[in-house]
Amino acid sequence: MNTIPNRRAICETLMEKAGQDKTIVVLCSDSRGSASLEPFAQAYPQQFVEVGIAEQDLVSIAAGMASCGLKPFAASPACFLSTRSLEQIKVDVAYSQNNVKLIGISGGISYGPLGMTHHSTQDIACIASIPGMRVYLPSDRHQTKCLMEALVADDSPAYLRVGRNPVEDVYTSGQCNFVMDKATVLQQGKDITIIACGEMVREAQKAGEILKQKGISARVLDMYCVKPIDRQAVLDAARETGSILTVEEHSAFGGMGSIVSQIVSTCCPVPVVNMALPDQPAIAGTSRQVFDYYGLNASGIAENAERMIKSSGKIYPEH
Amino acid sequence: MNDTELSRKAFLLREQAAGLIYRGKSGHIGSDFSVMDILVTLFYLHLNVSPAQQTDPSRDRFILSKGHTAEALYCILCDKGFFPKEELETFCQFGSKYTGHPNKNINGVEINSGSLGHGLPVGVGMALAGRMQGQPYRVYVVMGDGELAEGSVWEGAMAASHFKLDNLIVIIDRNRLQISGTTESVMNPGDLRSRFESFGWQVWECPGNRIDALDQTISEAKASVGAPALVIANTIKGYGYSAAENQAKWHHKVPSEEEYQQILEELKERRAMIE
Repeated sequence: MNTIPNRRAICETLMEKAGQDKTIVVLCSDSRGSASLEPFAQAYPQQFVEVGIAEQDLVSIAAGMASCGLKPFAASPACFLSTRSLEQIKVDVAYSQNNVKLIGISGGISYGPLGMTHHSTQDIACIASIPGMRVYLPSDRHQTKCLMEALVADDSPAYLRVGRNPVEDVYTSGQCNFVMDKATVLQQGKDITIIACGEMVREAQKAGEILKQKGISARVLDMYCVKPIDRQAVLDAARETGSILTVEEHSAFGGMGSIVSQIVSTCCPVPVVNMALPDQPAIAGTSRQVFDYYGLNASGIAENAERMIKSSGKIYPEH
Repeated sequence: MNDTELSRKAFLLREQAAGLIYRGKSGHIGSDFSVMDILVTLFYLHLNVSPAQQTDPSRDRFILSKGHTAEALYCILCDKGFFPKEELETFCQFGSKYTGHPNKNINGVEINSGSLGHGLPVGVGMALAGRMQGQPYRVYVVMGDGELAEGSVWEGAMAASHFKLDNLIVIIDRNRLQISGTTESVMNPGDLRSRFESFGWQVWECPGNRIDALDQTISEAKASVGAPALVIANTIKGYGYSAAENQAKWHHKVPSEEEYQQILEELKERRAMIE
Protein backbone atom coordinates (compact mmCIF):
# COMPACT_ATOMS: atom_id res chain seq x y z
CA MET A 1 0.00 0.00 0.00
CA ASN A 2 1.30 3.43 -0.97
CA THR A 3 2.26 5.60 2.01
CA ILE A 4 2.88 8.85 0.15
CA PRO A 5 0.01 11.35 0.22
CA ASN A 6 -0.73 13.40 -2.88
CA ARG A 7 0.29 16.59 -1.13
CA ARG A 8 3.84 15.32 -0.94
CA ALA A 9 3.89 14.93 -4.70
CA ILE A 10 2.97 18.60 -4.89
CA CYS A 11 5.93 19.58 -2.74
CA GLU A 12 8.28 17.38 -4.76
CA THR A 13 7.24 18.95 -8.03
CA LEU A 14 7.57 22.47 -6.67
CA MET A 15 11.03 21.68 -5.32
CA GLU A 16 12.11 20.26 -8.65
CA LYS A 17 10.99 23.38 -10.49
CA ALA A 18 11.82 26.14 -7.99
CA GLY A 19 15.58 25.85 -8.41
CA GLN A 20 15.35 26.72 -12.10
CA ASP A 21 12.36 29.01 -11.94
CA LYS A 22 12.87 31.73 -9.35
CA THR A 23 9.42 33.17 -10.03
CA ILE A 24 7.84 30.19 -8.25
CA VAL A 25 6.77 31.18 -4.76
CA VAL A 26 4.89 29.14 -2.17
CA LEU A 27 2.59 30.77 0.37
CA CYS A 28 1.15 29.08 3.43
CA SER A 29 -1.25 30.12 6.19
CA ASP A 30 0.40 28.33 9.11
CA SER A 31 -0.14 25.26 6.94
CA ARG A 32 3.34 24.30 5.73
CA GLY A 33 3.32 21.16 7.87
CA SER A 34 -0.15 19.99 6.95
CA ALA A 35 0.58 20.80 3.31
CA SER A 36 3.86 18.78 3.40
CA LEU A 37 5.63 21.96 2.28
CA GLU A 38 8.15 22.15 5.11
CA PRO A 39 10.92 20.76 2.86
CA PHE A 40 10.20 23.52 0.35
CA ALA A 41 10.28 26.19 3.06
CA GLN A 42 13.64 24.82 4.22
CA ALA A 43 15.19 24.49 0.78
CA TYR A 44 13.85 27.74 -0.71
CA PRO A 45 13.33 30.24 2.11
CA GLN A 46 13.60 33.14 -0.36
CA GLN A 47 10.70 31.70 -2.33
CA PHE A 48 8.50 30.90 0.64
CA VAL A 49 6.06 33.28 2.34
CA GLU A 50 4.27 32.54 5.61
CA VAL A 51 1.21 34.74 6.14
CA GLY A 52 -0.11 33.26 9.38
CA ILE A 53 -3.66 32.09 9.99
CA ALA A 54 -5.23 34.52 7.54
CA GLU A 55 -6.62 32.80 4.45
CA GLN A 56 -8.10 35.93 2.90
CA ASP A 57 -4.72 37.62 3.24
CA LEU A 58 -3.08 34.52 1.76
CA VAL A 59 -5.06 34.74 -1.45
CA SER A 60 -4.86 38.53 -1.83
CA ILE A 61 -1.12 38.57 -1.23
CA ALA A 62 -0.67 35.75 -3.73
CA ALA A 63 -2.72 37.72 -6.27
CA GLY A 64 -0.61 40.82 -5.72
CA MET A 65 2.55 38.79 -6.26
CA ALA A 66 1.16 37.20 -9.42
CA SER A 67 0.28 40.62 -10.82
CA CYS A 68 3.96 41.51 -10.50
CA GLY A 69 5.22 38.53 -12.47
CA LEU A 70 5.64 35.82 -9.84
CA LYS A 71 4.02 32.36 -9.93
CA PRO A 72 2.45 31.88 -6.52
CA PHE A 73 1.21 28.55 -5.18
CA ALA A 74 -0.97 29.23 -2.13
CA ALA A 75 -1.57 26.17 0.03
CA SER A 76 -4.10 26.00 2.84
CA PRO A 77 -6.69 23.53 4.12
CA ALA A 78 -9.35 23.28 1.40
CA CYS A 79 -12.13 24.00 3.89
CA PHE A 80 -10.79 27.49 4.68
CA LEU A 81 -9.20 28.26 1.34
CA SER A 82 -12.30 27.54 -0.71
CA THR A 83 -14.98 29.33 1.27
CA ARG A 84 -13.35 31.80 3.65
CA SER A 85 -11.24 33.16 0.79
CA LEU A 86 -13.93 32.81 -1.86
CA GLU A 87 -14.32 36.56 -2.23
CA GLN A 88 -10.57 36.96 -2.76
CA ILE A 89 -10.54 34.06 -5.23
CA LYS A 90 -13.37 35.68 -7.18
CA VAL A 91 -12.04 39.24 -7.23
CA ASP A 92 -8.27 39.22 -6.80
CA VAL A 93 -7.48 35.97 -8.60
CA ALA A 94 -10.16 35.19 -11.17
CA TYR A 95 -11.67 38.57 -12.08
CA SER A 96 -8.25 40.22 -12.00
CA GLN A 97 -6.77 37.40 -14.12
CA ASN A 98 -3.88 36.68 -11.80
CA ASN A 99 -1.94 33.45 -12.19
CA VAL A 100 -2.39 32.06 -8.70
CA LYS A 101 -2.50 28.31 -8.14
CA LEU A 102 -4.62 27.50 -5.10
CA ILE A 103 -3.75 24.23 -3.41
CA GLY A 104 -6.57 22.97 -1.21
CA ILE A 105 -5.11 20.37 1.11
CA SER A 106 -6.93 17.85 3.32
CA GLY A 107 -9.94 18.29 1.06
CA GLY A 108 -13.39 16.73 1.25
CA ILE A 109 -13.88 14.85 4.49
CA SER A 110 -10.15 14.14 5.01
CA TYR A 111 -10.41 15.74 8.44
CA GLY A 112 -13.34 13.40 9.09
CA PRO A 113 -13.42 13.36 12.91
CA LEU A 114 -12.88 17.12 13.25
CA GLY A 115 -16.37 18.17 12.26
CA MET A 116 -17.91 20.21 9.48
CA THR A 117 -15.72 23.27 10.10
CA HIS A 118 -12.91 21.20 8.61
CA HIS A 119 -14.80 19.58 5.74
CA SER A 120 -14.73 21.03 2.24
CA THR A 121 -17.64 19.40 0.48
CA GLN A 122 -18.72 22.47 -1.49
CA ASP A 123 -15.41 23.64 -2.91
CA ILE A 124 -16.12 22.43 -6.46
CA ALA A 125 -19.48 24.19 -6.51
CA CYS A 126 -18.10 27.44 -5.15
CA ILE A 127 -14.97 27.71 -7.23
CA ALA A 128 -16.16 26.17 -10.49
CA SER A 129 -18.95 28.75 -10.64
CA ILE A 130 -16.43 31.60 -10.82
CA PRO A 131 -15.60 32.64 -14.40
CA GLY A 132 -11.97 31.94 -15.19
CA MET A 133 -11.34 29.43 -12.41
CA ARG A 134 -10.32 25.86 -13.17
CA VAL A 135 -10.88 23.01 -10.72
CA TYR A 136 -8.80 19.83 -10.49
CA LEU A 137 -9.10 16.81 -8.18
CA PRO A 138 -6.28 14.40 -8.98
CA SER A 139 -6.71 10.80 -7.95
CA ASP A 140 -3.28 9.61 -6.90
CA ARG A 141 0.29 10.78 -6.35
CA HIS A 142 1.44 9.97 -9.88
CA GLN A 143 -1.36 11.91 -11.51
CA THR A 144 -0.88 14.74 -9.01
CA LYS A 145 2.70 15.05 -10.20
CA CYS A 146 1.69 15.15 -13.87
CA LEU A 147 -0.96 17.74 -13.09
CA MET A 148 1.42 19.89 -11.06
CA GLU A 149 3.95 19.90 -13.90
CA ALA A 150 1.23 21.15 -16.23
CA LEU A 151 0.09 23.79 -13.74
CA VAL A 152 3.62 25.08 -13.17
CA ALA A 153 3.96 25.51 -16.92
CA ASP A 154 0.71 27.35 -17.60
CA ASP A 155 -0.20 30.91 -16.75
CA SER A 156 -3.81 31.04 -15.63
CA PRO A 157 -5.35 30.49 -12.20
CA ALA A 158 -6.54 27.13 -10.93
CA TYR A 159 -7.74 25.38 -7.79
CA LEU A 160 -6.38 21.93 -7.02
CA ARG A 161 -7.79 19.77 -4.23
CA VAL A 162 -6.02 16.83 -2.64
CA GLY A 163 -6.84 14.72 0.41
CA ARG A 164 -4.86 14.37 3.58
CA ASN A 165 -4.09 10.69 3.64
CA PRO A 166 -2.08 8.45 1.36
CA VAL A 167 -4.37 6.80 -1.17
CA GLU A 168 -3.88 3.62 -3.13
CA ASP A 169 -2.19 4.13 -6.47
CA VAL A 170 -4.43 4.26 -9.48
CA TYR A 171 -1.50 4.54 -11.85
CA THR A 172 2.12 3.53 -11.89
CA SER A 173 4.95 6.00 -12.19
CA GLY A 174 5.31 7.26 -15.73
CA GLN A 175 2.16 5.41 -16.80
CA CYS A 176 -0.53 7.98 -16.10
CA ASN A 177 -1.68 8.50 -19.68
CA PHE A 178 -2.02 12.08 -18.57
CA VAL A 179 -3.34 14.61 -21.04
CA MET A 180 -4.18 18.01 -19.60
CA ASP A 181 -7.94 18.57 -19.37
CA LYS A 182 -8.76 15.15 -20.79
CA ALA A 183 -10.34 12.42 -18.69
CA THR A 184 -8.25 9.29 -18.33
CA VAL A 185 -9.96 6.05 -19.35
CA LEU A 186 -9.15 3.50 -16.66
CA GLN A 187 -11.28 0.75 -18.12
CA GLN A 188 -13.13 0.51 -21.40
CA GLY A 189 -16.75 -0.65 -21.29
CA LYS A 190 -20.08 -0.54 -23.09
CA ASP A 191 -22.85 -1.20 -20.51
CA ILE A 192 -22.45 1.88 -18.28
CA THR A 193 -19.86 4.56 -17.49
CA ILE A 194 -18.64 5.39 -14.02
CA ILE A 195 -17.12 8.88 -13.80
CA ALA A 196 -15.17 9.71 -10.65
CA CYS A 197 -12.74 12.34 -9.41
CA GLY A 198 -10.25 12.64 -6.55
CA GLU A 199 -10.19 9.85 -4.00
CA MET A 200 -13.29 8.24 -5.46
CA VAL A 201 -11.37 7.23 -8.59
CA ARG A 202 -9.65 4.27 -6.97
CA GLU A 203 -13.02 3.08 -5.63
CA ALA A 204 -14.56 3.45 -9.09
CA GLN A 205 -11.66 1.52 -10.57
CA LYS A 206 -12.26 -1.32 -8.11
CA ALA A 207 -16.00 -1.19 -8.80
CA GLY A 208 -15.21 -1.64 -12.49
CA GLU A 209 -13.31 -4.82 -11.63
CA ILE A 210 -16.15 -6.12 -9.46
CA LEU A 211 -18.62 -5.51 -12.27
CA LYS A 212 -16.35 -7.20 -14.78
CA GLN A 213 -16.42 -10.35 -12.68
CA LYS A 214 -20.19 -10.22 -12.88
CA GLY A 215 -20.08 -9.95 -16.63
CA ILE A 216 -20.88 -6.24 -16.73
CA SER A 217 -18.73 -4.08 -18.96
CA ALA A 218 -18.32 -0.73 -17.20
CA ARG A 219 -16.31 2.14 -18.60
CA VAL A 220 -14.41 3.95 -15.83
CA LEU A 221 -13.25 7.54 -16.28
CA ASP A 222 -10.92 9.54 -14.06
CA MET A 223 -12.35 13.05 -14.41
CA TYR A 224 -9.62 14.84 -12.47
CA CYS A 225 -10.38 17.91 -14.62
CA VAL A 226 -13.72 18.90 -13.14
CA LYS A 227 -13.52 22.29 -14.83
CA PRO A 228 -12.88 22.54 -17.71
CA ILE A 229 -14.54 19.13 -17.82
CA ASP A 230 -13.82 16.76 -20.68
CA ARG A 231 -17.16 17.21 -22.46
CA GLN A 232 -16.26 14.87 -25.26
CA ALA A 233 -15.53 12.02 -22.87
CA VAL A 234 -18.88 12.63 -21.14
CA LEU A 235 -20.80 12.70 -24.42
CA ASP A 236 -19.00 9.63 -25.74
CA ALA A 237 -19.93 7.85 -22.51
CA ALA A 238 -23.58 8.85 -22.85
CA ARG A 239 -23.81 7.81 -26.50
CA GLU A 240 -21.78 4.63 -26.28
CA THR A 241 -22.76 3.22 -22.88
CA GLY A 242 -26.29 4.61 -22.39
CA SER A 243 -26.05 5.50 -18.69
CA ILE A 244 -23.65 7.28 -16.35
CA LEU A 245 -22.92 6.98 -12.66
CA THR A 246 -20.88 9.82 -11.13
CA VAL A 247 -19.02 9.52 -7.82
CA GLU A 248 -17.43 12.31 -5.82
CA GLU A 249 -16.38 13.35 -2.34
CA HIS A 250 -18.52 16.49 -2.48
CA SER A 251 -22.06 17.73 -2.01
CA ALA A 252 -24.51 16.66 -4.69
CA PHE A 253 -25.19 20.33 -5.36
CA GLY A 254 -22.92 21.82 -7.99
CA GLY A 255 -20.27 19.14 -7.98
CA MET A 256 -18.75 17.11 -10.79
CA GLY A 257 -21.96 15.06 -11.04
CA SER A 258 -24.01 18.21 -11.57
CA ILE A 259 -21.72 19.32 -14.37
CA VAL A 260 -21.92 15.90 -16.04
CA SER A 261 -25.70 15.87 -15.67
CA GLN A 262 -26.03 19.29 -17.32
CA ILE A 263 -23.99 18.21 -20.31
CA VAL A 264 -25.85 14.93 -20.71
CA SER A 265 -29.35 16.34 -20.24
CA THR A 266 -28.64 19.07 -22.74
CA CYS A 267 -26.83 17.17 -25.45
CA CYS A 268 -27.62 13.47 -25.12
CA PRO A 269 -30.22 12.64 -22.47
CA VAL A 270 -29.56 9.28 -20.85
CA PRO A 271 -29.97 8.26 -17.18
CA VAL A 272 -27.40 9.80 -14.87
CA VAL A 273 -27.12 9.06 -11.15
CA ASN A 274 -24.94 11.19 -8.87
CA MET A 275 -23.29 9.52 -5.89
CA ALA A 276 -22.16 12.21 -3.46
CA LEU A 277 -22.23 13.17 0.19
CA PRO A 278 -25.68 13.83 1.66
CA ASP A 279 -27.03 17.31 2.39
CA GLN A 280 -26.08 17.24 6.05
CA PRO A 281 -22.91 17.56 8.12
CA ALA A 282 -20.87 14.43 7.41
CA ILE A 283 -20.67 11.84 10.14
CA ALA A 284 -17.41 11.79 12.13
CA GLY A 285 -14.83 9.17 11.28
CA THR A 286 -11.83 8.31 9.20
CA SER A 287 -12.20 8.77 5.46
CA ARG A 288 -12.68 5.02 5.09
CA GLN A 289 -15.38 4.91 7.77
CA VAL A 290 -17.21 7.90 6.32
CA PHE A 291 -17.03 6.62 2.76
CA ASP A 292 -18.28 3.19 3.82
CA TYR A 293 -21.12 4.72 5.85
CA TYR A 294 -22.41 6.60 2.81
CA GLY A 295 -21.74 3.80 0.34
CA LEU A 296 -19.03 5.80 -1.40
CA ASN A 297 -16.89 2.72 -1.92
CA ALA A 298 -16.24 0.07 -4.53
CA SER A 299 -19.11 -2.18 -3.50
CA GLY A 300 -21.55 0.74 -3.21
CA ILE A 301 -20.58 2.00 -6.64
CA ALA A 302 -20.81 -1.47 -8.17
CA GLU A 303 -24.25 -2.05 -6.61
CA ASN A 304 -25.61 1.22 -7.95
CA ALA A 305 -24.16 0.54 -11.39
CA GLU A 306 -25.75 -2.89 -11.45
CA ARG A 307 -29.13 -1.52 -10.36
CA MET A 308 -28.97 1.19 -13.00
CA ILE A 309 -28.39 -1.39 -15.69
CA LYS A 310 -31.16 -3.68 -14.44
CA SER A 311 -33.72 -0.88 -14.04
CA SER A 312 -32.91 1.16 -17.14
CA GLY A 313 -31.22 3.81 -15.09
CA LYS A 314 -33.80 4.40 -12.32
CA ILE A 315 -32.31 3.30 -9.05
CA TYR A 316 -34.02 5.73 -6.73
CA PRO A 317 -37.81 5.82 -6.15
CA GLU A 318 -39.57 8.67 -7.89
CA HIS A 319 -40.90 11.44 -5.67
CA MET B 1 2.91 71.52 -12.84
CA ASN B 2 3.08 73.35 -9.52
CA ASP B 3 0.69 72.90 -6.62
CA THR B 4 -1.52 75.80 -7.70
CA GLU B 5 -1.90 74.48 -11.22
CA LEU B 6 -2.65 71.04 -9.85
CA SER B 7 -5.26 72.41 -7.48
CA ARG B 8 -6.99 73.97 -10.49
CA LYS B 9 -6.64 70.73 -12.40
CA ALA B 10 -8.28 68.83 -9.53
CA PHE B 11 -11.36 71.06 -9.86
CA LEU B 12 -11.39 70.61 -13.63
CA LEU B 13 -11.17 66.84 -13.18
CA ARG B 14 -14.08 67.02 -10.74
CA GLU B 15 -16.12 68.67 -13.49
CA GLN B 16 -15.24 65.82 -15.82
CA ALA B 17 -16.08 63.19 -13.18
CA ALA B 18 -19.43 64.85 -12.53
CA GLY B 19 -20.09 64.77 -16.27
CA LEU B 20 -19.37 61.04 -16.42
CA ILE B 21 -21.77 60.42 -13.56
CA TYR B 22 -24.46 62.69 -14.97
CA ARG B 23 -24.32 61.13 -18.43
CA GLY B 24 -23.63 57.57 -17.24
CA LYS B 25 -26.42 57.89 -14.62
CA SER B 26 -24.24 56.12 -12.08
CA GLY B 27 -21.28 56.83 -9.83
CA HIS B 28 -20.05 57.97 -6.44
CA ILE B 29 -19.77 61.73 -6.67
CA GLY B 30 -19.28 62.47 -2.97
CA SER B 31 -16.29 60.17 -2.73
CA ASP B 32 -14.88 61.23 -6.11
CA PHE B 33 -14.79 64.84 -4.95
CA SER B 34 -13.31 63.82 -1.61
CA VAL B 35 -10.49 61.70 -3.04
CA MET B 36 -9.62 63.78 -6.10
CA ASP B 37 -6.79 65.82 -4.57
CA ILE B 38 -5.15 62.65 -3.22
CA LEU B 39 -5.25 61.03 -6.65
CA VAL B 40 -4.02 64.17 -8.41
CA THR B 41 -1.10 64.49 -5.99
CA LEU B 42 -0.15 60.87 -6.56
CA PHE B 43 -0.53 60.74 -10.33
CA TYR B 44 1.01 64.12 -11.16
CA LEU B 45 3.73 64.36 -8.50
CA HIS B 46 4.67 60.92 -7.19
CA LEU B 47 3.70 57.88 -9.24
CA ASN B 48 6.24 56.63 -11.71
CA VAL B 49 3.59 55.52 -14.23
CA SER B 50 2.69 56.46 -17.79
CA PRO B 51 1.06 54.90 -20.84
CA ALA B 52 4.54 54.03 -22.15
CA GLN B 53 5.47 52.17 -18.95
CA GLN B 54 2.49 49.87 -18.61
CA THR B 55 4.55 46.70 -18.84
CA ASP B 56 7.69 48.13 -17.24
CA PRO B 57 8.35 45.88 -14.22
CA SER B 58 9.90 48.80 -12.34
CA ARG B 59 6.84 51.07 -12.57
CA ASP B 60 5.11 52.09 -9.37
CA ARG B 61 1.92 50.21 -8.57
CA PHE B 62 -1.28 52.02 -7.71
CA ILE B 63 -4.34 50.36 -6.17
CA LEU B 64 -7.64 52.17 -5.79
CA SER B 65 -8.94 50.04 -2.94
CA LYS B 66 -12.00 52.26 -2.65
CA GLY B 67 -12.93 51.23 -6.18
CA HIS B 68 -16.21 53.15 -6.13
CA THR B 69 -14.29 56.34 -6.92
CA ALA B 70 -13.54 54.94 -10.36
CA GLU B 71 -14.77 58.11 -12.07
CA ALA B 72 -12.05 60.17 -10.42
CA LEU B 73 -9.41 57.63 -11.40
CA TYR B 74 -10.69 57.30 -14.98
CA CYS B 75 -10.63 61.06 -15.53
CA ILE B 76 -7.03 61.20 -14.37
CA LEU B 77 -5.92 58.19 -16.44
CA CYS B 78 -7.64 59.72 -19.46
CA ASP B 79 -5.93 63.05 -18.86
CA LYS B 80 -2.60 61.24 -18.61
CA GLY B 81 -3.19 59.64 -22.00
CA PHE B 82 -3.95 56.05 -20.98
CA PHE B 83 -7.06 56.05 -23.19
CA PRO B 84 -9.01 58.50 -25.34
CA LYS B 85 -11.85 60.62 -24.02
CA GLU B 86 -14.33 59.18 -26.53
CA GLU B 87 -13.81 55.71 -25.06
CA LEU B 88 -14.39 56.96 -21.54
CA GLU B 89 -17.68 58.50 -22.64
CA THR B 90 -19.10 54.96 -22.72
CA PHE B 91 -18.82 54.92 -18.91
CA CYS B 92 -21.42 52.59 -17.37
CA GLN B 93 -23.16 52.06 -20.71
CA PHE B 94 -24.11 48.70 -22.15
CA GLY B 95 -21.01 46.68 -23.01
CA SER B 96 -18.54 49.33 -21.83
CA LYS B 97 -15.31 48.24 -20.18
CA TYR B 98 -15.44 51.47 -18.18
CA THR B 99 -17.50 49.93 -15.38
CA GLY B 100 -18.46 51.63 -12.14
CA HIS B 101 -15.48 50.01 -10.46
CA PRO B 102 -12.00 49.70 -12.02
CA ASN B 103 -10.92 46.60 -13.92
CA LYS B 104 -7.72 45.57 -15.61
CA ASN B 105 -9.16 45.72 -19.11
CA ILE B 106 -8.73 49.47 -18.70
CA ASN B 107 -5.23 50.78 -19.39
CA GLY B 108 -3.53 51.96 -16.22
CA VAL B 109 -5.57 49.79 -13.84
CA GLU B 110 -3.39 47.29 -11.98
CA ILE B 111 -6.05 45.28 -10.13
CA ASN B 112 -9.83 44.95 -10.21
CA SER B 113 -11.37 46.60 -7.19
CA GLY B 114 -14.78 47.48 -5.88
CA SER B 115 -15.09 44.89 -3.15
CA LEU B 116 -13.70 46.76 -0.15
CA GLY B 117 -10.86 45.57 2.01
CA HIS B 118 -8.85 43.94 -0.78
CA GLY B 119 -6.44 46.69 -1.78
CA LEU B 120 -4.13 46.60 1.22
CA PRO B 121 -3.45 42.85 1.22
CA VAL B 122 -3.04 42.83 -2.57
CA GLY B 123 -0.62 45.74 -2.13
CA VAL B 124 1.30 43.66 0.41
CA GLY B 125 1.73 40.99 -2.26
CA MET B 126 2.92 43.55 -4.81
CA ALA B 127 5.36 45.07 -2.32
CA LEU B 128 6.72 41.63 -1.38
CA ALA B 129 7.12 40.76 -5.06
CA GLY B 130 9.02 44.00 -5.65
CA ARG B 131 11.41 43.23 -2.85
CA MET B 132 11.90 39.61 -3.95
CA GLN B 133 12.67 40.70 -7.49
CA GLY B 134 14.88 43.61 -6.51
CA GLN B 135 12.57 46.15 -8.14
CA PRO B 136 12.71 49.75 -6.94
CA TYR B 137 9.01 50.47 -7.26
CA ARG B 138 6.66 51.59 -4.53
CA VAL B 139 3.12 50.40 -4.01
CA TYR B 140 0.47 53.04 -3.27
CA VAL B 141 -2.93 52.05 -1.94
CA VAL B 142 -5.81 54.47 -1.48
CA MET B 143 -8.46 53.28 0.96
CA GLY B 144 -11.65 54.75 2.30
CA ASP B 145 -12.37 55.14 6.00
CA GLY B 146 -15.65 53.21 5.94
CA GLU B 147 -13.62 50.40 4.38
CA LEU B 148 -11.65 50.04 7.61
CA ALA B 149 -14.47 47.94 9.07
CA GLU B 150 -13.43 45.11 6.73
CA GLY B 151 -11.41 42.55 8.68
CA SER B 152 -9.17 41.82 5.71
CA VAL B 153 -7.74 45.36 6.02
CA TRP B 154 -6.28 44.41 9.38
CA GLU B 155 -4.93 41.09 8.13
CA GLY B 156 -3.08 43.11 5.51
CA ALA B 157 -1.99 45.74 8.02
CA MET B 158 -0.51 43.03 10.24
CA ALA B 159 1.33 41.41 7.33
CA ALA B 160 2.68 44.72 6.01
CA SER B 161 4.43 45.50 9.28
CA HIS B 162 5.48 41.88 9.82
CA PHE B 163 7.30 41.99 6.48
CA LYS B 164 8.59 45.54 7.19
CA LEU B 165 7.30 46.75 3.83
CA ASP B 166 8.71 50.26 3.57
CA ASN B 167 7.92 50.21 -0.15
CA LEU B 168 4.20 50.31 0.69
CA ILE B 169 2.33 53.57 1.25
CA VAL B 170 -1.33 53.63 2.17
CA ILE B 171 -3.41 56.79 2.04
CA ILE B 172 -6.76 56.87 3.79
CA ASP B 173 -9.36 59.23 2.35
CA ARG B 174 -10.63 60.23 5.79
CA ASN B 175 -13.89 61.98 4.94
CA ARG B 176 -15.70 60.58 7.97
CA LEU B 177 -18.80 59.61 6.02
CA GLN B 178 -20.12 56.42 4.54
CA ILE B 179 -23.39 55.54 2.89
CA SER B 180 -25.39 55.18 6.13
CA GLY B 181 -23.93 58.11 8.02
CA THR B 182 -20.77 59.07 9.86
CA THR B 183 -18.01 56.50 10.19
CA GLU B 184 -18.13 57.15 13.91
CA SER B 185 -21.81 56.16 14.13
CA VAL B 186 -21.77 53.24 11.67
CA MET B 187 -18.63 51.51 12.95
CA ASN B 188 -16.23 53.71 14.78
CA PRO B 189 -12.71 53.38 13.35
CA GLY B 190 -11.38 54.96 16.54
CA ASP B 191 -8.01 56.63 16.80
CA LEU B 192 -6.54 55.61 13.45
CA ARG B 193 -3.08 56.92 14.22
CA SER B 194 -2.68 54.87 17.38
CA ARG B 195 -4.35 51.81 15.85
CA PHE B 196 -1.97 51.71 12.91
CA GLU B 197 1.01 52.63 15.07
CA SER B 198 0.17 49.72 17.34
CA PHE B 199 0.23 47.53 14.22
CA GLY B 200 3.79 48.71 13.58
CA TRP B 201 3.14 51.38 10.96
CA GLN B 202 4.60 54.85 10.60
CA VAL B 203 1.74 57.31 10.44
CA TRP B 204 1.35 60.81 9.01
CA GLU B 205 -1.70 63.03 8.91
CA CYS B 206 -2.52 66.02 6.72
CA PRO B 207 -5.32 68.06 5.19
CA GLY B 208 -6.51 65.85 2.36
CA ASN B 209 -7.94 68.42 -0.01
CA ARG B 210 -4.74 70.46 -0.25
CA ILE B 211 -2.24 69.43 -2.89
CA ASP B 212 0.72 71.18 -1.21
CA ALA B 213 0.10 69.46 2.13
CA LEU B 214 -0.48 66.07 0.50
CA ASP B 215 2.66 66.44 -1.61
CA GLN B 216 4.84 67.23 1.37
CA THR B 217 3.33 64.51 3.57
CA ILE B 218 3.59 61.81 0.90
CA SER B 219 7.21 62.83 0.31
CA GLU B 220 7.91 62.29 4.01
CA ALA B 221 6.02 58.98 4.03
CA LYS B 222 8.12 57.74 1.11
CA ALA B 223 11.20 58.10 3.29
CA SER B 224 9.83 55.62 5.84
CA VAL B 225 12.40 52.96 6.63
CA GLY B 226 11.69 49.48 7.96
CA ALA B 227 7.94 49.95 8.26
CA PRO B 228 4.94 50.56 6.01
CA ALA B 229 3.67 54.14 5.83
CA LEU B 230 0.17 55.43 6.38
CA VAL B 231 -1.07 58.89 5.47
CA ILE B 232 -4.38 59.88 7.03
CA ALA B 233 -5.67 62.48 4.61
CA ASN B 234 -8.45 64.45 6.27
CA THR B 235 -10.88 65.25 3.50
CA ILE B 236 -14.36 66.61 2.99
CA LYS B 237 -16.82 64.37 1.25
CA GLY B 238 -18.27 66.16 -1.77
CA TYR B 239 -15.47 68.76 -1.67
CA GLY B 240 -16.03 71.42 -4.31
CA TYR B 241 -19.83 71.43 -4.40
CA SER B 242 -21.10 73.00 -1.21
CA ALA B 243 -24.53 71.36 -1.30
CA ALA B 244 -22.86 67.94 -1.26
CA GLU B 245 -20.09 68.69 1.22
CA ASN B 246 -20.27 66.49 4.32
CA GLN B 247 -23.56 65.00 3.12
CA ALA B 248 -23.79 61.20 3.28
CA LYS B 249 -26.74 61.25 0.87
CA TRP B 250 -24.37 62.38 -1.90
CA HIS B 251 -22.37 59.16 -1.55
CA HIS B 252 -23.72 57.88 -4.84
CA LYS B 253 -26.37 60.37 -5.83
CA VAL B 254 -26.70 61.08 -9.52
CA PRO B 255 -27.24 64.84 -9.94
CA SER B 256 -30.32 66.20 -11.69
CA GLU B 257 -29.87 68.50 -14.69
CA GLU B 258 -30.20 71.51 -12.40
CA GLU B 259 -27.79 70.13 -9.83
CA TYR B 260 -25.31 69.23 -12.53
CA GLN B 261 -25.30 72.83 -13.80
CA GLN B 262 -24.85 74.08 -10.22
CA ILE B 263 -21.95 71.68 -9.73
CA LEU B 264 -20.20 72.88 -12.89
CA GLU B 265 -20.72 76.53 -11.96
CA GLU B 266 -19.42 76.13 -8.45
CA LEU B 267 -16.41 74.10 -9.53
CA LYS B 268 -15.54 76.75 -12.13
CA GLU B 269 -15.83 79.48 -9.51
CA ARG B 270 -13.64 77.61 -7.08
CA ARG B 271 -11.10 76.92 -9.79
CA ALA B 272 -10.98 80.60 -10.71
CA MET B 273 -10.46 81.57 -7.08
CA ILE B 274 -7.21 79.62 -6.79
CA GLU B 275 -4.23 81.93 -7.04
